[in-house]
Amino acid sequence: MECNAEDRRGEQGCLMVNYSNADRMRRGISTLMTTLTGLCTLLAVGALLIILFYIAYRGIGSLNLQFLIDRPRPVGEGGGIGNAILGSLVLLLISSGFGLPLGICVGIYLSEIGRGRLGNVVRFIVDTLTGIPSIVTGVFVYAILVLPMKHFSAFAGGVALALIMIPIVARTTEEMLKLVPHSMREGALALGAPQWRVILGVVVPAAAPGIATGAMLAIARVSGETAPLLFTAFGSRFFPESLNQPIASLTVQIYNYAISPYDEWHAQAWAATLVLMTLVLGINISVRFLTRKKF
Amino acid sequence: MSASKSIRLVACFSALTLVLFSIACNGGGSGSGSGSVSLTGAGATFPNPLYQKWLSEYSKLHPNVKIDYQSIGSGGGIKQIKEQTVDFGASDAPMKDEELKSAPGEILHIPTVLGAVVITYNLQGISKPLQFSPEVIADIYLGKIKKWNDPKIAADNPGVTLPTADITVVHRSEGSGTSAVFTDYLSKVSAEWKEKVGAGASPSWPVGIGGKGNEGVTGQVKQTPNTIGYVELAYAVQNNLPAAHIKNVSGNFIEASIDSVIAAAADSATSTPEDLRVSITNAPGAKSYPISSYTYLLVYKNQKDAGKGKALVDFVWWGIHDGESFAKELRYAPLPADIVKRAEAKINSVTANGTALR
Amino acid sequence: MSAVTENDKLGFARQYSTWRRALSPTGNTGDAVFRVLMLLVALLMVGIVVAMVIALAADSMPSIRLFGFGFLTSQVWNPIKGDFGALPFVYGTLASSLLALLISVPFSLGIAIFLVEQAPTYIARPVGFMVELLAAIPSVVYGLWGIFVLAPFLRVYIEPALAKLLWWIPLFSGSITGIGLLTGGIILAIMVTPIISAVVRDVLTAVPGSQREAALALGATKWEMIRVVLVNGAPGIAGAVILGLGRALGETMAVTMVIGNRPQISLSLFEPSYTIASAIANEFTEATGDLHLSALVELGLILFLVTFVVNGIARILVWNVTRKTGGVSRAA
Repeated sequence: MECNAEDRRGEQGCLMVNYSNADRMRRGISTLMTTLTGLCTLLAVGALLIILFYIAYRGIGSLNLQFLIDRPRPVGEGGGIGNAILGSLVLLLISSGFGLPLGICVGIYLSEIGRGRLGNVVRFIVDTLTGIPSIVTGVFVYAILVLPMKHFSAFAGGVALALIMIPIVARTTEEMLKLVPHSMREGALALGAPQWRVILGVVVPAAAPGIATGAMLAIARVSGETAPLLFTAFGSRFFPESLNQPIASLTVQIYNYAISPYDEWHAQAWAATLVLMTLVLGINISVRFLTRKKF
Repeated sequence: MSASKSIRLVACFSALTLVLFSIACNGGGSGSGSGSVSLTGAGATFPNPLYQKWLSEYSKLHPNVKIDYQSIGSGGGIKQIKEQTVDFGASDAPMKDEELKSAPGEILHIPTVLGAVVITYNLQGISKPLQFSPEVIADIYLGKIKKWNDPKIAADNPGVTLPTADITVVHRSEGSGTSAVFTDYLSKVSAEWKEKVGAGASPSWPVGIGGKGNEGVTGQVKQTPNTIGYVELAYAVQNNLPAAHIKNVSGNFIEASIDSVIAAAADSATSTPEDLRVSITNAPGAKSYPISSYTYLLVYKNQKDAGKGKALVDFVWWGIHDGESFAKELRYAPLPADIVKRAEAKINSVTANGTALR
Repeated sequence: MSAVTENDKLGFARQYSTWRRALSPTGNTGDAVFRVLMLLVALLMVGIVVAMVIALAADSMPSIRLFGFGFLTSQVWNPIKGDFGALPFVYGTLASSLLALLISVPFSLGIAIFLVEQAPTYIARPVGFMVELLAAIPSVVYGLWGIFVLAPFLRVYIEPALAKLLWWIPLFSGSITGIGLLTGGIILAIMVTPIISAVVRDVLTAVPGSQREAALALGATKWEMIRVVLVNGAPGIAGAVILGLGRALGETMAVTMVIGNRPQISLSLFEPSYTIASAIANEFTEATGDLHLSALVELGLILFLVTFVVNGIARILVWNVTRKTGGVSRAA
């Protein structure tokens, strides 16, 4: 049954006669590519599940309440990662306290204010900062904070992590701010708002979910960092008491357990990894929830 | 998201962490009033499990002394003690003369326990432990012996059918005290190794793939057939790895065990210099295991703070006496008696502002 | 008679107004304060980087003085003999990062496109979370997983298959141990994918719907519409790739566990290799000789330079692409 121009849309048994081979080819490519993208996602999710399964399989046995609130103990006596969880939270708080505001400010500068050569130079430098191995950042903070103070401290650890966070947050903030349509800025300016109010009150909130993505990526990244903490926060067997002393963290503890000879400690390392990922997931979900767009 | 909302978010999070913090401070710590001392130490990864046990046991006896030890590597321990960012350091290999000269004060080496480097392998169908003479090991790691059924290996293992496969050599990829001890041994038994490669924590390996840490090497060896590698004794025992018997200076093929390591130290005691910095690889003695080594604690002879110094020497004294009882169950070899005596003399010589602390 | 003449007052006012205009084109004091604050923060960043470079250069002076330019061309790395050269590490860093990007960018784009254009919200949200979760796995864990799961898998299934089919390409020659450049590149690709895909997702979401509707109205297939969206978001996508590249260049722990850590230059992907970050991580804590330490610091300095150069090339490429396609105005 032939179709006429009016009923081309999906009549049962209606034969679409006017499509050329080129059209079919285009449609075929479209279907192929869309299937490929689905496959890519499947592969990525698959990789994550494989890794998660492996972590869970090796670590779930050691996960219990005692593990979560106790301090580390020598081999054979159990022990836990309570102080490490707290230490990681404290380090995240310090580093986010420095890193997020500074990073967002740099992003605002790059997107709204710093056009022209100075802006390009700053952008270039921030890009370079993303490529520095975390161990180099750790050694740098060691040289400028730990050596003069003559002791390791949580504060130095936080600063090292902040230096890793800032370029990530800055670049994503810049990209997200650039994507806010000019019409929003022009509208606010036309209503008489000064530029700083436009930026802080209109543009940044409009880009908030994107900025939150950058913040989450940065937090996820630094929560998995070990090397810089070895030279700055150092690690501890005790619960944190002051920001001026060494402090434990989940990643350093995982690293210490993972390279030891004892299966019991290996299992604890895997269990601690599960806890770490739950922590990051929790932060991720809560910040996403609070920055969601409601309109 | 409005400004007030973000402020609320930040305030929430900070409040939460402060609450946790205060709970921890009240519940976990003993509070630092007068009378409580904190010490920090850093260094070798090899004795870390034992030191953690020591710290835990010691704090049961002396709850007002809080000691932290982090295993960042022997080189790290030496660096930090020189920079005085920690109160004591730990190193597998003793410090070299130039390093001691460049330190701000005199540093004492106190041996604590002994360890051994074990040669492990992955071969199908071999039931008894393989035997190696020193030159064979050196030649394998130099790349001169390439196949498992090489006549030189067969000569050490009469009656054993060796596979015809190529040997895949595994070594440590990062700088480590274990590599330092192993290459120190190889330099002593092979002039070619000494000339081509030398001894140190990060040698330039002629052949082989690198695994990260004992875990990396063990993982490689366990999973790849026809491999050979070297790991610490504790590691080999924990993972049930086959360990080769190695021919020592007296010509006996010795198995790596706590007793054979103690024998190596005891039989070297007479040749151990006064400052206790010594290498005991290829030690004399019929029962000595050839690849053994000390591990040391590094302390300043003149302590700046009398309170901290006293706590430190008391801890180290306890370590080389009562602490040794925990060594064997964790697969470390305790010090032989005469070395303990000499270490005691060292500890007694530590002073603060001129007065001895013990 | 006042000492300040009318002329003086005029001159002063002119200077003052020039400054005011520079600080705040809008004439608003709040704006001036804001701009100065932002500028200060940005300069702080520049200052930190400059301080880092100076610190790195100062600490690598002994090595620079001894080896000079030969450091960049020498392939020897012998801490015991005191002979150091950076070429194998530069090769390993560039090769592993390039491999990681080659694998990761198509995948990340695919993931982002799927989640933004095709998946319904109830799938896109949780799946998006899961992909971002990959970024939270500590690199140590990636390394351990690489040793225990990925390397044996590659050694038993993938590498022999590649060697059988493509043995005539030098990329796939060499002994098969599961540990080498290919494993390192794949692990890096997995680590870099969440970053690139998360940022590209946000970029694609921000492309105005009018672009999509216009393309579809002109008769484009779904894929052609997606291409339009991609071109629209090209600068943002480039930014995402640069972020991912940064991560790949600087990644330490995971790579060092699976790349074999052998300072050699080999065309084969199966052979072990060595990156700058791995070398620093492996040897920094154990290095006690001053020359060794300064050689390692010089490696860090070279990584800085490599990042500069790579970023510069990337920027030029992006500039050329956006020039040709004209970019798309974001007013809408």
